[in-house]
Amino acid sequence: MSASAHTLDRFGVSARRRRKDKIARGSVVAATAIALVPLVLIVYYLLSKGLGSWSIDFFTTDPTGNTFFASSSIGGIKSAILGTIEIVAVASALAVPVGLGVAIWLVEYGRSSRFAHTVRFFVDVLTGVPSIMFGLFIYIALIVGTGSSYAAYKGAFALALLMLPVVTRSAEVVLLLVPGSLRESALALGAPRWRVIFKIVLPTALPGLVTGVLLAIARAAGETAPLLFTAGATMKTEFGLGGFMNSLPIQIYTDVTSPTTSVVNRAWGAALTLVAMILVLNLLARLLARRSSLG
Amino acid sequence: MEAASVGSGPLGDSPRGGERSVLRRSPLARLPDRALRWILTALAASILALIVYFFVKLVGEARPAFAKFGVLGFTFDNNWNVSANQFGALPLVVGTLITSGLALIIGVPVAVATALYVTELCPLRIRGPVTILIELLAAVPSVVYGLWGIFFLAPKLQPAEQWVADKLSFVPFIGGGIVTIPNYFITGLVLAIMILPIVSAISREVMSTVPIDHKEAALGLGATRWEMIRMAVLPYCRSGISGAAMLGLGRAIGETIAVTILVGDAPVLGKHLFGQGYSLAAAIANEFGEAQELHRSALFAAGLVLFVLTLLVNIAARLLVMRAERSTKPKRTAADFAETSAPLGAGMGA
Repeated sequence: MSASAHTLDRFGVSARRRRKDKIARGSVVAATAIALVPLVLIVYYLLSKGLGSWSIDFFTTDPTGNTFFASSSIGGIKSAILGTIEIVAVASALAVPVGLGVAIWLVEYGRSSRFAHTVRFFVDVLTGVPSIMFGLFIYIALIVGTGSSYAAYKGAFALALLMLPVVTRSAEVVLLLVPGSLRESALALGAPRWRVIFKIVLPTALPGLVTGVLLAIARAAGETAPLLFTAGATMKTEFGLGGFMNSLPIQIYTDVTSPTTSVVNRAWGAALTLVAMILVLNLLARLLARRSSLG
Repeated sequence: MEAASVGSGPLGDSPRGGERSVLRRSPLARLPDRALRWILTALAASILALIVYFFVKLVGEARPAFAKFGVLGFTFDNNWNVSANQFGALPLVVGTLITSGLALIIGVPVAVATALYVTELCPLRIRGPVTILIELLAAVPSVVYGLWGIFFLAPKLQPAEQWVADKLSFVPFIGGGIVTIPNYFITGLVLAIMILPIVSAISREVMSTVPIDHKEAALGLGATRWEMIRMAVLPYCRSGISGAAMLGLGRAIGETIAVTILVGDAPVLGKHLFGQGYSLAAAIANEFGEAQELHRSALFAAGLVLFVLTLLVNIAARLLVMRAERSTKPKRTAADFAETSAPLGAGMGA
C-alpha cells in the first residue's frame, strides 16, 4: 500500500503535496533514527568505560573502604552484586505472590464491580508513584517510629512496593487473555473454582506471568532511590537481612562522585554489570513471551 | 456455578463416589473455594489499606512543616534555604515542572514519530527489531542515565548550548547567562529519552487500533501517505496519545536519581534554561540523609506535594486513556471480560 512517486504522478497529485509527503515521511524516519541514537551511545559509553574494570578480582572481592589509594586496594564489587541479588530476591518473594493474588482476584472474583474498579485505580496510582516515595514510605513505617535504623529487609520492602503494581498490572493483562471457554469447560466438568484457577488458568498463563515478573525484577534491580534511606550501605558482604546491605545502584551512586579515578572506574564497571544483568533479564522475558501461546 | 463432580473424572474424585445431585456438594468440599476467595479479597483490600496508611503517615510527618509555613505558604513560597531553616518549596515545584515540561516537549513528538514509523511506514521485517530497540531504552537504570548524561552528554552539548544562549540572548528564558554543565535543559533532554519507551509503546498500541477502513478510505480518495496519517490516524488517536503523554509526564515528574545528578543543586527559581536548578525529588534525595527535625518535616512535605502532583497527573492520564478506549471499543459486559484480549491496559502498567 505504498504510494510511490509514480502512482502519485499518475493520479495528478500536485508537486506541493508530494513534497509535503516526502518531508513529513522523512522527518518521521529521521526522528525514529534519532530516538535510537541514545541507546547506541549509552551502550558504547558503558562498554568503553566499564569493560576495562572487569576482571576476576572485580567480581570476587568486596569493595574496601579505601578511596584514596592505588587501584589494587580498592577492591571489587562482590558485596554489591550479592546484595542486589539478595534484596531483589526478597522483594520478589514478597511482591510476586501478593501481586499475583491481587491480579487473580481482579480477574476471577472482582471483575467489573465497583470495588474492583477502586482497587485497579489504586494499583495504577501506585505505578505512577515516584520511586523515592517508596523509600520514604518504608522509612516512615519502619524506621521513624521504631527507633531502629537501616536494614536490608526494609530496602526489600521498598522494592517490593515498587514491583507490586507492575506485577499486578501485567499479570491481570495475561490472565484476561486466558479464554473464558477454558474456565467454563473445567467448571462444567465439575471442578471447584480453586482447581480451575490453579490447574487450568495459571498454567495456561504461566509464560506471560513469568515475563511480567522478570520485567518487574529487571526494573527493581536498577532502582536506587528506594534503597537510599532504607537498606543502608556497607562494604562487606552481608547475608543477614537485619543489617545494612550493599547494592549495585547504591555502590555506583556513591562511587561515581569520588575524586579517585580508580574508584570512578569501578563505578563504571559496576554500571556495566548492572546493565548487563538487566538486559539479560529483559531478553529472557522477551524469549518467554514469544513462546507463550496467548496474545 | 459450582458443579459437583460425578464420580471420578479428569479433575479428581468426589469425596464420596457414586451418583449425586449436580448442585449438591459437601460443605467441606466448598471450604477451599471460600478460603481462597476470602484470602484474595483480603489481599486486594489490603492494597487499598496500605496506600491509605502511607498517605496518612506522610501527612503526619509533614504536619510540622505545614504548621510552620502554612500549606500554601510552603508550596508557593520562593525560599528554600536550608541553613536559615526556611522552607518554601516553589523553586522545587517550578524546577520539577520545568524539567518535566521539557521532557514532554522533546520526548512526545519523537515518541509519536517512532510509533508512527513502526505502525505505518516501516518495512515489515524491521518492525520487530526497531520495537525491541526502543523498548530497551526502558531497561537502562536511571542512575546510568544520570551518569551518562553528566559525564558524556552534558559536556558534549555545552558548546552548542552556549552558542544558543549567546545567539538568542534577547529571548528571556533561553538566552544570556552562563551555561553550567548540570542544567534544566540537559535534565529535560535525558528525561525525554527516559519517557520515550513508555509513550511510544502506548501510542503504538493506540495507532494499531485505527480501523483499516478509515485509512483505506483516505488513500482511496487520493491522499498521500502523510495526508492519510494526518486525516485518518492522528485524529483517531488523539485521546490515546494524550493519555500516553500524561503517563510520560507522570514518570518524568517522579524521576529521582537521574534528575538529582543532572539538575544541579541550586534552589533558585528557574531563570535560565541552561542554568542549574532543583526539583522536589532531587531535594529529597540530596538532603534527607542529614536533615533534622524541621528540615526533615519539610522534605516529607515536599514528598507529599510530589505525591499529590503525580496522583493528579495519573488520574488525568487514566481518564484520557479511558475516554480513548470507550470511543473505540463496543461496550463490554462482564461476560466479555474473560474472553476478549486486554485493551490499552497492556502498555500502562508494565
